Amino acid sequence: MFADYSMAELTSIFAMQGFAGLILFSVFVLMALGLAIIFGQMGVINMAHGEFMILGAYVTYLTSNVFSAYLPESIYGSYFFIAMILAFFITGALGALVEWSIIRHLYKRPLDTLLATWGLSLIMQQIYRSVFGAREVGVTLPDWLMGSYAITDMIEVPINGIFVMVLTIVITIAVALMMQRSRLGKQTRAVVQNRPMAAAVGINTEKVDRLTFALGCGIAGIAGSAFTMIGSTGPTAGQLYIVDTFLVVVFGGASSLIGTVASAFTISQAQSTMEFFLSGSMAKVLTLLTVVIILMLRPEGLFSLKMRR
Amino acid sequence: MNKVGSFIGRYQLSHFIILALLIFVVMPLALDSFRLNMVGKYLTYAFVALGLVLCWGYGGILSLGQGVFFGIGGYCMAMFLKLEASSPENTAIQSTPGIPDFMDWNQLTELPWFWVPFQSFTFTIFAILILPAAFAFIIAVAMFKRRVGGVYFAIITQAIAAILTILIIGQQGYTGGVNGITDLRTLHGWDIRTDEAKTILYFVNGLLLFGCLFVARYIIKSKLGRLLVAMREREDRVRFSGYDVSAFKIFIFCAAATISAIGGAMFTLQVGFMSPTFVGTGPSIEMVIFCALGGRLAILGAVYGALVVNWAKTSFSESFPELWLFAMGALFIGVVMAFPNGLAGLYQTYIAPWLQKYVPEKFHWIITNRNPEESGAEIAVAGETASEDEKKSKAGELSHAGN
Repeated sequence: MFADYSMAELTSIFAMQGFAGLILFSVFVLMALGLAIIFGQMGVINMAHGEFMILGAYVTYLTSNVFSAYLPESIYGSYFFIAMILAFFITGALGALVEWSIIRHLYKRPLDTLLATWGLSLIMQQIYRSVFGAREVGVTLPDWLMGSYAITDMIEVPINGIFVMVLTIVITIAVALMMQRSRLGKQTRAVVQNRPMAAAVGINTEKVDRLTFALGCGIAGIAGSAFTMIGSTGPTAGQLYIVDTFLVVVFGGASSLIGTVASAFTISQAQSTMEFFLSGSMAKVLTLLTVVIILMLRPEGLFSLKMRR
Repeated sequence: MNKVGSFIGRYQLSHFIILALLIFVVMPLALDSFRLNMVGKYLTYAFVALGLVLCWGYGGILSLGQGVFFGIGGYCMAMFLKLEASSPENTAIQSTPGIPDFMDWNQLTELPWFWVPFQSFTFTIFAILILPAAFAFIIAVAMFKRRVGGVYFAIITQAIAAILTILIIGQQGYTGGVNGITDLRTLHGWDIRTDEAKTILYFVNGLLLFGCLFVARYIIKSKLGRLLVAMREREDRVRFSGYDVSAFKIFIFCAAATISAIGGAMFTLQVGFMSPTFVGTGPSIEMVIFCALGGRLAILGAVYGALVVNWAKTSFSESFPELWLFAMGALFIGVVMAFPNGLAGLYQTYIAPWLQKYVPEKFHWIITNRNPEESGAEIAVAGETASEDEKKSKAGELSHAGN
């Protein structure tokens, strides 16, 4: 299968496919980060996570429309940063509302959370369809994100892809720092490890739950925002990624952020490299199948947190 | 009490009879053949819902991949029917006569090896019963022997449903792709597309459903059923009592798979095609709501749940298609939050006491069960009685397989 290509061509094919894989990796990581916090830390299955992400995408879409309609063209280039902040706070607020109205009643019944959030995702999808229409919408990229950057004469990488990757790295580091160093992060981990004890030392566990859930949803909003940079958004786009993302989180070892990043990297690279040689569907089937089989052999995932039960 | 009554019980028996009257007398008399065929289609989903009552309601194993087994059953039947429909005479205009039309379109020149055995009807029946169970067995052994359960099992089964859908759609030449296997005509020369045939199939379907209901009832009433409930509530205690917990889970998961597959096969026969839209994650999770609405502990509730949800789906999508997803979403949230025991729970709490006022005391056994433990709403939902240990080990559940 390699015989038809020269060595230089092969190298550039691998480099470009690898880069395509890195963009997929960025989407996976951004989506999985929020999920890893909600699922890994709180044990809540949020099937509506994809819809929270799409909400972020729609917020970005609206912001870009507002910018191009009402504000001078000179600052259009910066709309994305405003959109991202808005997306974070709007999805986060919705997340807090959902936690307060639904999730907090179901902490003891994880399987039921799954069904309730699935219902929520159906409702959100239909709202998107009613408000924004069934067609996919896209944003106009500002000029500085257009075009591509030629590394050698055969390898070209799109600038928006680079931007999304840098964004992913920044957000991942921010989340990791927050979980390790900040007050909320420490409180979250304390509550996860021992809820009664955490409550006994004065941590308001309900508040921590709500903030954690809101944070996870907010990160999903940022993911959606970044997603508009590389693709268009439709009402059902979230559903396409949710199964993959759950696999990413589980494969990485649910409570480990490094594991999440590592597994997102493995899965996305495997998928996009194979996509070149096999049909897209077979590449996905093989990747997911391998992950499922590995998970059957090693259910705790790549990185697992050793914890006393 | 006779032998049948011994595992059904007087109260349950009366409700079995009411359902039988509804399915075999009221529906055929009240509906035209088109609507009756549609009810028949809904009832095939009841098989899946029934399987979920067993493995989710009683076993505490939530599978989000029941569509896989429904699909395997359906595809096995569809493969047999398709081969019969693509006899060399029927397909003479193809470049390779004698193979299904979609294979010809995809430049296949001979029947793939895994299609060949489906020329035999006996093999097909065996495949419908054995194949899903075997597949379920592999999944279940891999998972339950390692003590993986709960949400992990749900996610893995969901992924399997997703994989199978992508595979079926991707391998168009072997599976018919996204359109599925269509244009099915005869079963052993008997045309299944006529109204008369559809009515007969409806009754066959009803009888099979009742067969499965009796089996389910028998399982629940047996010692196995008791153990399942015990396991769902306190798995460790059952294990410490010396039982092999995983064996019971594997058994009930396989049983649920086979029951779902029977439904799938009957679906193909009645509807006349099979496609990947009944296999994926969406339909699989929808099947869970049939069971949840009926009452996850009520085997008869599963039938009513499947009927009500699908009837509502059809009438909503006929008149207000945009409202259907709202209704469905609200149903998911409502069932989980407001009435976790589903219709069966509502019946026990509200309707039965109300009926009691108007029915002479002599007949109260029809309405309620004096032995509360036998009624549909016998046990609060698994999580509701969730143990203190479980609360403590919410994190523990995440590191589920630490051992």
